[in-house]
Amino acid sequence: MRLLRMKPGHGEVVIAEGDVEVPAQEQELVEAFRAQLDAGMWAAVPTTGSGGRREAELVRSFEEVPRDAERVIFFPRAAGGGC
Amino acid sequence: MILALSACVVVVVALLWEVIAPQLALWRSRRRAGRRRVGSVVEYDPGRERRAEQRARNLVRSCVNDEEWAMYRDLGFLRVWGRCARGPGDGEGESRRGAPYAYLIYPHKPIIAFVPQTGQLLSEYCVEFPDLDRPYGSARLPDSDDVLAKWMALTGDERRLIASANMHLPGRQVDPVAVRRDLWRLGRWEQARLQREQTDAGSVSA
Repeated sequence: MRLLRMKPGHGEVVIAEGDVEVPAQEQELVEAFRAQLDAGMWAAVPTTGSGGRREAELVRSFEEVPRDAERVIFFPRAAGGGC
Repeated sequence: MILALSACVVVVVALLWEVIAPQLALWRSRRRAGRRRVGSVVEYDPGRERRAEQRARNLVRSCVNDEEWAMYRDLGFLRVWGRCARGPGDGEGESRRGAPYAYLIYPHKPIIAFVPQTGQLLSEYCVEFPDLDRPYGSARLPDSDDVLAKWMALTGDERRLIASANMHLPGRQVDPVAVRRDLWRLGRWEQARLQREQTDAGSVSA
């Protein structure tokens, strides 16, 4: 599983990477995940539904992330725009 | 004698001050300018921005399906079907009878809600994803990251995103004529795609 974060002026960067079946690596992923949520990020897991439909699942904790997810994408939380 | 020496010292100091003062002022202003340059200004690098946008486009491509990617590549926006039974932001569950409305997602513009069957524009939702860390002096995500963030938030938790947005009537920020033209372009694009698929299917079966 890879944790990615969108960044202005850069695109996505890899925050952490590891195998959730390996306890030490899972712990690193959990800590990195919490750090991003504490920094005010939203977390989304891209998924493929029935019939090949693509969508995303917003997750609020690491426990909500499917174990077989390949990546979690963090992006700044939405704010009402000044437009 | 002492008086004469004192007068000489005063004259020498005054003359030296005339020479040194401009140098001191110049040194001070350079120091201030140097501090400002190092501390707060990050120079704009168009190459970096292009690379960031390219990365963001690749990420969009890896997340959406082929049709959505082709739509974004060809038309510059994405359409996402709404899921709430009674319209955008409705809290009474998801629609089971097909999508009564949809959204258009543009980079760094409001999300537009509309009725697909009639083309009627419903509302604009102004929403941003500002990164307060400002890694390169700007809080603004690359265009395609902004589109992907809206897409993920809409498909993942539509009500949460709509609740975070500022809602306005159509036409406040985005020209309704331009949106209707985009809906027309989308219709033509879908027809052409359908025809292409039918042609391909026919040639394969024959």
